[in-house]
Amino acid sequence: MIAFWVLAPIMVLAALGILFARKAVHAALLLAVVMISLSILYLVQDAPFLFVVQIIVYTGAILMLFLFVLMLVGVDAADSVVETIPGQRVMAVLLGLAFGGVLTLGVAQVSVQAAGLAEANAGGNIEGLAGLLFSSYVFAFQATAALLITAALGAMVLAHRERLTPKLGQAELAAQRMRDYAEHGKHPGPLPAPGVYARHNSVDTPALLPDGSISELSISRVLAARGVIGSASDAADIDRVTRQIGRGADADDDVHASHEGEGADGPAEGHDGTDGGRSWT
Amino acid sequence: MTVTMLTNALLVSTAGATEPPVVEPAAADGALSLLWLVIALPALGAAVLLLAGRRSDSWGHLLGTATVAGSFLVSLVSFIALLGRDEGDRSVGQHLWTWFEVGLDGRVFSADLALLYDPLSALFLLLITGVGALIHVYSIGYMALDPRRRRFFGYLNLFIAAMLVLVLSDGYLGLFLGWEGVGLASYLLIGFFQHKPSAAAAAKKAFVVNRVGDVGMVLALALIIATFGTVSFAGISAASSQVGEGTLTAIGFLLLLAACGKSAQVPLQSWLLDAMEGPTPVSALIHAATMVTAGVYLVVRSNFIFENAEIAQTGVVVVGTVTLLWGAVIGCAKDDIKKVLAGSTMSQIGYMMLAAGLGVAGYAYAIFHLLTHGFFKANMFLGAGSVMHGMNDEVDMRRYGALRAAMPITFATFALGYLAIIGFPGFSGFWSKDRIIETALAENWVVGVAALIGAGVTAFYMTRLMLMTFFGEKRWADEVHPHESPKVMTTPLIVLAALSVVGGVLILGNWLKDWLTPVVGKAEPHDLPVPVIVITIAITLVVAVGVALAWFLVGRREVPRTAPTDVSFVTRAARADLYGDAVNEGLFMRPGQRLTRGLGTFDHSVVDGTVRGTAGTFMASSSLFRRMQNGYVRSYALSLLAGALLVMVALLVVTIA
Amino acid sequence: MDVTPFIALSAILFTIGCVGVLTRRNAIVVFMSVELQLNATNLALVTFARMHGNLDGQVAAFFVMVVAAAEVVVGLAIIMTIFRTRRSASVDDASLLKY
Repeated sequence: MIAFWVLAPIMVLAALGILFARKAVHAALLLAVVMISLSILYLVQDAPFLFVVQIIVYTGAILMLFLFVLMLVGVDAADSVVETIPGQRVMAVLLGLAFGGVLTLGVAQVSVQAAGLAEANAGGNIEGLAGLLFSSYVFAFQATAALLITAALGAMVLAHRERLTPKLGQAELAAQRMRDYAEHGKHPGPLPAPGVYARHNSVDTPALLPDGSISELSISRVLAARGVIGSASDAADIDRVTRQIGRGADADDDVHASHEGEGADGPAEGHDGTDGGRSWT
Repeated sequence: MTVTMLTNALLVSTAGATEPPVVEPAAADGALSLLWLVIALPALGAAVLLLAGRRSDSWGHLLGTATVAGSFLVSLVSFIALLGRDEGDRSVGQHLWTWFEVGLDGRVFSADLALLYDPLSALFLLLITGVGALIHVYSIGYMALDPRRRRFFGYLNLFIAAMLVLVLSDGYLGLFLGWEGVGLASYLLIGFFQHKPSAAAAAKKAFVVNRVGDVGMVLALALIIATFGTVSFAGISAASSQVGEGTLTAIGFLLLLAACGKSAQVPLQSWLLDAMEGPTPVSALIHAATMVTAGVYLVVRSNFIFENAEIAQTGVVVVGTVTLLWGAVIGCAKDDIKKVLAGSTMSQIGYMMLAAGLGVAGYAYAIFHLLTHGFFKANMFLGAGSVMHGMNDEVDMRRYGALRAAMPITFATFALGYLAIIGFPGFSGFWSKDRIIETALAENWVVGVAALIGAGVTAFYMTRLMLMTFFGEKRWADEVHPHESPKVMTTPLIVLAALSVVGGVLILGNWLKDWLTPVVGKAEPHDLPVPVIVITIAITLVVAVGVALAWFLVGRREVPRTAPTDVSFVTRAARADLYGDAVNEGLFMRPGQRLTRGLGTFDHSVVDGTVRGTAGTFMASSSLFRRMQNGYVRSYALSLLAGALLVMVALLVVTIA
Repeated sequence: MDVTPFIALSAILFTIGCVGVLTRRNAIVVFMSVELQLNATNLALVTFARMHGNLDGQVAAFFVMVVAAAEVVVGLAIIMTIFRTRRSASVDDASLLKY
């Protein structure tokens, strides 16, 4: 019972956290907390097999699937907290409270002493479960097998996307690029690389244009959506770095430094291969 | 006081009358077994003519005439065969087939198609096929220029067949079959000139008014089946004396209504004058000689019902008396030669109805007058047709005059018919009408006097017709060249004229009376208040007065070519058919239309309104409720949760309670 | 060991899952709330197994897990498809099937 009284508050709090978490990833992690706690409660309740299954299948497989999908859907798909259906939230809370209240009230009506599973688990919990699964529940068990196969096939069907146009090769892509340039004036080269400094060594720093302003094209869209763009280093900072390197303070130092920061922008530079792919995503 | 007296006087006393004879047909044998041919021949003719189409255009009229002539021959042979039988054995039945059978064992209602050939039907057969054949012959000439002549003969054959079914049937159901058949043929033939709106309207009018009478017929039929469990004359005549008088009175009045519709008696008289829109042979055959007398046949045939229903019989007398005066008055004012004759027909059928209503004493005379009337009225109608034929289809007598020289045969035959109808001594009409008036006077002096006056009026309008048509100055237009009709038309005229003259022989030695005794019963000799000869002289005097009056009012004066408008109220009323149409329109048509419109409005507003209102309510509520389907899966989930909560609360309440 | 606290905890978790389904709009979070509800019922089932002294409840919980796995696979695939066509994971955006 100690385990229960320790875990129960944690689980309730974590569940409430799912309710209030702004970010889906946080909700997923809180759900993991609930699930692992639950698995311990299974263990407490003489269900070692389910304990393992809960951790492996639920926490390990299903929840990871959630995280994968979250990743695919994109972290920039922010969940707005503004309620659009009038009265939905109020009614949901009221009905939820009533529901929980009535449920607990109903449960509180009875006080049953557990029979305990010592006898049932005498030959081992897993053996007992297996005995049931392959005797009384064998048809249900077979049905779940069919269900799982069907679900796998369904997921494949749903995820599959029919190719409607022929796949473009390198030559076609190059021709397309030049056509875009001719018709819309779109720059045919790769996007500018982010400003990379030895100090930061990070892609969240925008590159600077020759006039010192930021090149927005050099920043990943995902990072922009997350709002984790680092500020471009100002000129003083660059000066300081230059002095530390000991290259001397030329009159055109400022300009040179700026040029250096802009260095990745030119198509002639060697960064194309690593960064170019992003231009067409 | 006077009213009571009149009512008492009108109630015809039939106390002590003998029981009406029971119809007991014997099986047909010998020549009589060919009886069905009488109907089959014209029916076949009609089928061939109407189904063969244009292919039979060239010979159709000949076939139509031949079938009716053949029918007449069979009738004649049958009649001679019937003459050869004993008096008590003159009722012959021929069972053709069972039409339908309904009911379970014990209470089976079986409708048989069977023929009954007795002295009454024998006379009708001869009249219908004989006059019919003559009129067919006449029509060959009359319709010679009509491109639809073949169809006309098809309709005529259809009519003959239906009429024969009517008079040969052994029960009311078969009679009704023929009854509707002649109604259909009449409708088709009145509207034969269907391109004329007036003809189409007249046909429709005849059809509608006849339906009113048919309602009576159908109801009578239903009441008969409910009361007797059979429709055959034999079964009903055997059981009629055991049935309550109330029921018989109801049946009698319903049959009278049917007779009124078919025979154009007041109050269903209005269609007959309009029916003159049909071709003249039709007017002669259907609307003078045969179909319109079906009502008289019905009353006489139903003698076993009317003899036991005194009030209904009185009703027949009243209807007959009113109609004989009604038609006569109309006949006095009309300028259309066919309408004068139509009014006259109404009036003469009134005489027959009057006689038929007088009971056993009058039945034979009703039939006698029916036969003679069939002769002379067909004769005169055909004569009128002959006149029209020579006058470019002009019907207005004011455009005639002095035609006796232009068409001598027509004039001569018409004159013989004229003498017959006014009752010139020795002619057929003299004998028949005389007997009816005598009987009426003997049974009840009120109707007797009315019939006497009717005779005078008849003489007046017929003399007027003769004078305006054949005498006086010629008033026809210059482009009209009156000429005598071809032989094919004048021959039937001559035959019918001869019959009009000698038709009275049927009553010689009371032959007709004895002949019909097996059907209608033996009449007691009636005691007249004055000797017969006095009455005869009185009738002749009244007729003479009528003729003289006509001479003074019409013959001596110049007849204006257009009808004068400054005429007395009586003339105006008679020209308007005594306001029969006005009464019908005001009393039935307009209220009926208003009722229909009202019902239409009711249907539109209330019935449809209820339906539409219900639909509208549901539409409004559903357009409200469909807002719940807002597409948000979370809203649906919310209602799901609410439902689960409800279930749980219910469970909890049940558990705790 | 009394079973009532376990059942009560299960009820509370289930209710929280319900409210999560009703209030959250991100389809993935809604889905997680559904999983929370399933887990809550599993807890109840396991508790019932102990209460009755046989393993049928645990078998049922096992089946729930299997079905949940299948459901998650299909459900997430559906969410992916919707996201791919509509560029949104909000359940409120997929509301075209309405009056």
